[in-house]
Amino acid sequence: MARYEDALIARHPEEVREGLRERFVGMIPHNREIGLEFVDAAPGEATLRLPWQSRLIGNPGTDVIHGGVITSLIDSGCGLAVFCSLPEIERIATLDLRIDYMRPATPGKDLYAWCECYRLTRQVAFVHAVAYQDSRDKPVATSVSTFMRSGKRPEKGKEEHSHER
Amino acid sequence: MSVDNQVLDGLLKKVHETGDFAPLIDVVPYIKLLGMEGRIDDGQIRFRLPFGDHNIGNMMIPALHGGVIGGFMESAALLHLMAVRDSLGLPKTIDFSIDYLRTGHARDTHAECTVVRQGSRVSQVSVSAWQDEPDKPIATARAHFLLT
Repeated sequence: MARYEDALIARHPEEVREGLRERFVGMIPHNREIGLEFVDAAPGEATLRLPWQSRLIGNPGTDVIHGGVITSLIDSGCGLAVFCSLPEIERIATLDLRIDYMRPATPGKDLYAWCECYRLTRQVAFVHAVAYQDSRDKPVATSVSTFMRSGKRPEKGKEEHSHER
Repeated sequence: MSVDNQVLDGLLKKVHETGDFAPLIDVVPYIKLLGMEGRIDDGQIRFRLPFGDHNIGNMMIPALHGGVIGGFMESAALLHLMAVRDSLGLPKTIDFSIDYLRTGHARDTHAECTVVRQGSRVSQVSVSAWQDEPDKPIATARAHFLLT
């Protein structure tokens, strides 16, 4: 927890006071719906956890979790990784996202996503992610995505880009 | 809950008889959680994601969660493939790639799929999702499935 606080206090002191963490995971309705949890963050990095739940099953024959849930987990984690690399909070929008499913997730086990923003330009953020259960060396899925930066602070009712957060 | 290929085959038959994907959707917890619907009318397969508060990703706009749009489109591709293939076994997603084109607003979303290539082991399905006009997609996606 300390790393996350340090990273955000260094970058977004105001937002930390307002409770950015609660806002990012706890107050996004769909993240709450699937039970997404914040684990850790550092500059340019974020890790989220998705606790096992039978209602997230995608294959009723094998009880393997649905790929769509992994998309939500990775999309959220990658967005948070971008936030943790920005000099100031601004609106961002996912431009594209690709997920490769390496192996089926084992039913009954929590799923983690480690996400890293490995390149930030003035307009675009490049992110990769690994979804895993036991260890990052045994990925359930890997992902690459790009996000557009808006350069603007979030403002109610205003639209800039395609898929915004 | 365990659904084997024989059960799946029975559900698929029901889908074709009624033109409604509900029997199949009902056995997949996550697709049910999204609230997704699918219909076959005159051979045309269409999917719909009725708007629900639980699918919001940004309360300020408000906009659908990118993961929800992705999950809806991946599910659409899978269900579409199962229906046109009309054979046993749940295809496995190898990869899924999505381009977000416009904001997914807080209203119903529609999706249609095309099987781009049907091989003996792999299928490629493309998906387009829209809200108001089919020619103004909010996202396009492509998925490869391993056939079992």
